Amino acid sequence: MAQVTLLGAWPSPFVYRVIWALKLKGVDYEYVEEDILYNKSERLLKYNPVHKMVPVLVHAGKPIAESAVILEYIEETWPQNPLLPKDPHGRALARFWTKFGEDKNPALFGFLRTEGEQQVKATKEGQEQLRILEEQGLGDKKFFGGDEIGMADLEFGWLAWWLEVWSEITGVTLIEAESFPRLHAWIQRFKEFPTIKETLPDRSAMLTHYKDRRATFLALAKS
Amino acid sequence: MTLTEMAEQNKVILYGTWTSPYVKRVELALKVKGIRYEYVEEDLRNKSPLLLTFNPIHKKVPVLVHNGKAIVESLVIIEYIDETWKTGPQLLPEDPYKRSQIRFWASYMQQVSEAMVLVIKTIGEAQEKAIKEVSEKVKLLEAGLKGLFPDGIPSVHEYSKNVTLLDLVILAHFGGYEAQEEVLGLKLIDSEKTPLVVSCITALIEIPAVKESLNPLEKVVAFLKFFRENALKSATA
Repeated sequence: MAQVTLLGAWPSPFVYRVIWALKLKGVDYEYVEEDILYNKSERLLKYNPVHKMVPVLVHAGKPIAESAVILEYIEETWPQNPLLPKDPHGRALARFWTKFGEDKNPALFGFLRTEGEQQVKATKEGQEQLRILEEQGLGDKKFFGGDEIGMADLEFGWLAWWLEVWSEITGVTLIEAESFPRLHAWIQRFKEFPTIKETLPDRSAMLTHYKDRRATFLALAKS
Repeated sequence: MTLTEMAEQNKVILYGTWTSPYVKRVELALKVKGIRYEYVEEDLRNKSPLLLTFNPIHKKVPVLVHNGKAIVESLVIIEYIDETWKTGPQLLPEDPYKRSQIRFWASYMQQVSEAMVLVIKTIGEAQEKAIKEVSEKVKLLEAGLKGLFPDGIPSVHEYSKNVTLLDLVILAHFGGYEAQEEVLGLKLIDSEKTPLVVSCITALIEIPAVKESLNPLEKVVAFLKFFRENALKSATA
């Protein structure tokens, strides 16, 4: 089989999305850590000249950038354990929610990057999007993908792990069990799913990393 | 099932506004694949109850309704169209790598489009900055097209059988380039700096179904002038 390489940066949720997809499908790959904050490699700039970001998947020497595009490529190249249903309407829904995640993630991350009144506003905005996710995205389903983990679950997977860490750092809880019972239950299911459970970044290392990132964001905002 | 019921079952409705390139993307896909559809023009200042029912989350156009079910987000709609109707060209080719490149650049067009809108909405230094941004992004797009078409854009005849989702997206945003030039007094694309983008548009508009969907130049010019004036007015208000 041709070589599969993933250029990533710990603990990026965008990168983990791709890692989960590869692991769920049992695809062997080589992982290469990029220093995207301070020292992007020649290799990264060559493989993703447009955005200069991770994740980048390189398969048989050919690079693919943008996590949503990478997930579709993985789905088509390794069809086992599908991330999308067969029917076109079901696929359109999965893709809609994936795009929703891409567009709304900045609003959801907002509370990590702000403080005071701005943080209150960011938290409220984030919860508005979560309300839509809770009622219309997830609804009464076990996973966004139905009975099995699908593409939209991978898009929102960061809510199941990164959010806790950010809550601990900021003291802000976006998803309370009483206000978002379905999302709360989904979070437990997602992070307990065997393949996912073994593939989560170390919590205490994340605490250190994001405390640092938050300090940087706040300093930048003040300057 | 009666013939009428069958026809109703396959009914396709597109909710849109004639000025939106995102709606145009979907229109072009329906047209090149020869799909019959009903078009409903929406007034975005006075959205219809049906639009709000079919797209309660974003309340935007385009919305495609097929068999009574709504699909939203232009690129999601086009992939749905490609998977559901096998007539006309296959908008995403078989090869997964080519598909990934087409999806990447189609998605990138949103950023190019946002920069183009800034050029229309600004003057002076702000506009200079926006023009520079568009120029850089279009240069990257041109390089992307070079990767997809190393031997140049094929002849119209060959091309019409191989039209892809990316071609339609490019046309949707750049098809009005003459009107843009007239209103702005500058070229965002031209055959010297962006030959592949221009060849792509030129080849596509020769396809009859595409030609008939183009908006008349005067109409687009009038709209762009109005849009620009309004934007400049609110900027200084």
